[in-house]
Amino acid sequence: MDIAEAILTTVATASTPLLIAATGELVVERSGVLNLGVEGMMLMGAVSGFAVTALTGYPWLGVLAAVIVGAVYSLLFGFLTLTLVTNQVATGLALTLLGVGLSGLIGVPFVGHPGIQMTSLYIPGLTGLPYVGKLLFGEDPLFYLSIVLVIGVSWFLFGTRAGLTLRSVGDNHGSAHALGIPVIRIRYLAVMFGGACAGLAGAQLSIVYTPQWVENMTAGRGWIALALVVFASWRPWRVFAGAYLFGLLTIAELNIQAVDLSTLHQLPGAVYDLLALIKAIPSQFLSSIPYLATVVVLVVISRNRRLTMMNTPASLGRAFVPDR
Amino acid sequence: MDAERGNVGGPLLDVRGLTKIFGSLRACDGVDLKINRGEIHALLGENGAGKSTFVKMLFGSLEPYSGEIWWKGEKVRIASPGEARRLGIGMVFQHFSLFDALTAAENIALSLDDGSPIGTIAAKAKALSYSYGLPLDPYSLVGDLSVGERQRIEIIRCLLQTPDLIILDEPTSVLTPQEADKLFETLERLRSEGKSILYISHRLEEVKRMCDGATVLRHGKVVGHCDPRQETASSLARMMVGSEVNAVTRPPVDARVDHSPLLEIRALSRKAATPFAVPLRAIDLSVKAGEVVGIAGVAGNGQGEFFEAISGEVRQEDAGSVRISGKDAGHLSISKRRLLGAAFVPEERLGHGAAPLMPLSENLLLSRFATDGKAFLGPLGTIRTATIESASERIIKHMDVRMSGKDPEAAALSGGNLQKFIVGRELDRQPSVMVVNQPTWGVDAGAAARIRQALIELARAGSAVLVISQDLDELFEISDFIAVMHNGTMSAPLPIADATFEKIGLLMGGASPEEGHPVGEAA
Repeated sequence: MDIAEAILTTVATASTPLLIAATGELVVERSGVLNLGVEGMMLMGAVSGFAVTALTGYPWLGVLAAVIVGAVYSLLFGFLTLTLVTNQVATGLALTLLGVGLSGLIGVPFVGHPGIQMTSLYIPGLTGLPYVGKLLFGEDPLFYLSIVLVIGVSWFLFGTRAGLTLRSVGDNHGSAHALGIPVIRIRYLAVMFGGACAGLAGAQLSIVYTPQWVENMTAGRGWIALALVVFASWRPWRVFAGAYLFGLLTIAELNIQAVDLSTLHQLPGAVYDLLALIKAIPSQFLSSIPYLATVVVLVVISRNRRLTMMNTPASLGRAFVPDR
Repeated sequence: MDAERGNVGGPLLDVRGLTKIFGSLRACDGVDLKINRGEIHALLGENGAGKSTFVKMLFGSLEPYSGEIWWKGEKVRIASPGEARRLGIGMVFQHFSLFDALTAAENIALSLDDGSPIGTIAAKAKALSYSYGLPLDPYSLVGDLSVGERQRIEIIRCLLQTPDLIILDEPTSVLTPQEADKLFETLERLRSEGKSILYISHRLEEVKRMCDGATVLRHGKVVGHCDPRQETASSLARMMVGSEVNAVTRPPVDARVDHSPLLEIRALSRKAATPFAVPLRAIDLSVKAGEVVGIAGVAGNGQGEFFEAISGEVRQEDAGSVRISGKDAGHLSISKRRLLGAAFVPEERLGHGAAPLMPLSENLLLSRFATDGKAFLGPLGTIRTATIESASERIIKHMDVRMSGKDPEAAALSGGNLQKFIVGRELDRQPSVMVVNQPTWGVDAGAAARIRQALIELARAGSAVLVISQDLDELFEISDFIAVMHNGTMSAPLPIADATFEKIGLLMGGASPEEGHPVGEAA
């Protein structure tokens, strides 16, 4: 049971950054802005979180720094696309490219630097429970934060007037402007929220997941988060399900490669065969599954166009220039 | 509210010298306008006269360049639509400001500045809508609603703000005559409740019928204030246009000519391509040489889908469902259909009718390289620039297209002038079948009359002409037969002598004229 528990705990740790970054991007896209710079913003968060933690010794300060850096960095995207009305796709890609380079530059002194890991929670009486104890009550604090984030975003978008306003801006910015809704201001706030989330997701990688700084350590997670938003058809709880599915895939991929089949002869034949089969699949194929799954989901949901149109922000990626 | 007491006798709204400049264009130039309490005031003008710009300034969506707005006897600055709503100014937009993916109640909530929950708003909206006889299901999704129902949401949303002044921007342009009558009843009731209405329209009959006062705009300037009840439709038209508008003449169909059907549509069906599109259901229609057949219908009843199927923008599964000049054309591409003698003018000028950023001569080549390849293209497909430019100039002269500079980009022309060019481009070929969707939408009265006359002349010269339009006056002016599209079906064509506004209006609402009442609840 210990091994299963350990693996499940790792799945949660692997899924959390995807969940946080995708939830942030979901809010951005619901407001009608497509920010492809998630990978870059995560890297900026990861390096600044690690640096501040290493310099001060307090992981929480690192997390806070990552959130602020992510938000400020996304402000650059906001200024370019919302104020200067540049192309969102091109600007987002540039944001990622810049983030890769800039984080590498900032991180030079911290390569190989020992990191400080944020400790997992220990709640007396609960964490010690058999089977579920460590799983539900012994995770790192950012795991709980991510759950609160999904609940909060879901409630905000579909349960509050402010969330309705944000969705209206994403659906039709022309109408929203005609009603006097401040389209640009709302989009700025959404973009900054997305940036803060991406920064937080980056900090999770460099402070919780693998407490060290390695150049390009997000390893494509920002892109998976972007795919995840589409995969979830812009619904927060589907983002949650998708994040854990993709997280599970990542862990499965890592662990299965590490399994030494020769030590496992005592396993039942069927399980052994299955493991052997999965091990035979190239790992590259497993890492491409999130993207393949997104394509499949896109094809499937496009069959029901009405549902797609209800959920897809109609103004997504479209530039808006108010006339005054 | 103090202002109300101090200003009982004065006008509710007094606008002085309101001016708005876009670049070098004075969209509104020193406009004065007064509206009293309980008055329905018309703002008249052609497309592009500055009506929409003016009301956008009143509603705070545009900032005036200069001028003063006095509201209830006090000078105000309306910086945002929220400000306008707080003052008591409500607006029903021409191109609705609704959100397709949200419910009616959510749409209403977005323009109410109080924080009451959606459930309360839904209940209030429902009660109000029924009390005005404009029934509304607050939980229906706007994307699923008809244009008339969408307008209802706009009106209810406006009324829930309890405004003193309601601005309606071209409200009847999307309604059936019966829906328009219902709207007029609502407006009468609002007037009797002491509310003022600013009514923007270019439909003179309804202005004469309802309005207590009118202000006429031309090229951004006020050309006169008048009492529309004292004027005739033609005197109002003269004020709007600035000159006499030539009436369109429709000579009788020449009985000696052979009137074989040139465009035949047989059991044309098509599935809805998107959730908000309309499927076509077994449409039969034939247009004979020498005739103009008009297709009436409220926007969004399948006219766009019908046009696409005929023009070949979307090909048909059944080759025999569209026949041009006696040949099956359902499988053919647009160019092949053109080669059979057909010509098409789509509704969207920019993007479908013309490539916006290409000059007129290139747009001419783009639509006619297949049919006029011999004249326009040299060996190896090289372009004969001189021939094309002279053809382009011929069209410009014939249709009186006004433009700045030689051979400008399509997007640089005003809507009316571009439409004249696009229609002229097709007429220039003397097509045997001409299909036009919304020939004069957004075109000023003078140009519209010219386009209509040209279509009639083409038919009388032996072509079959099919005109899809939402403008009933236009269809009555030019058609020999009128058919009506409703929810993807086509009624049998009525000879113009038998057609009345009432009959066509009932068909547009989904009723058959014999029954005299709508089928089911007005959807």
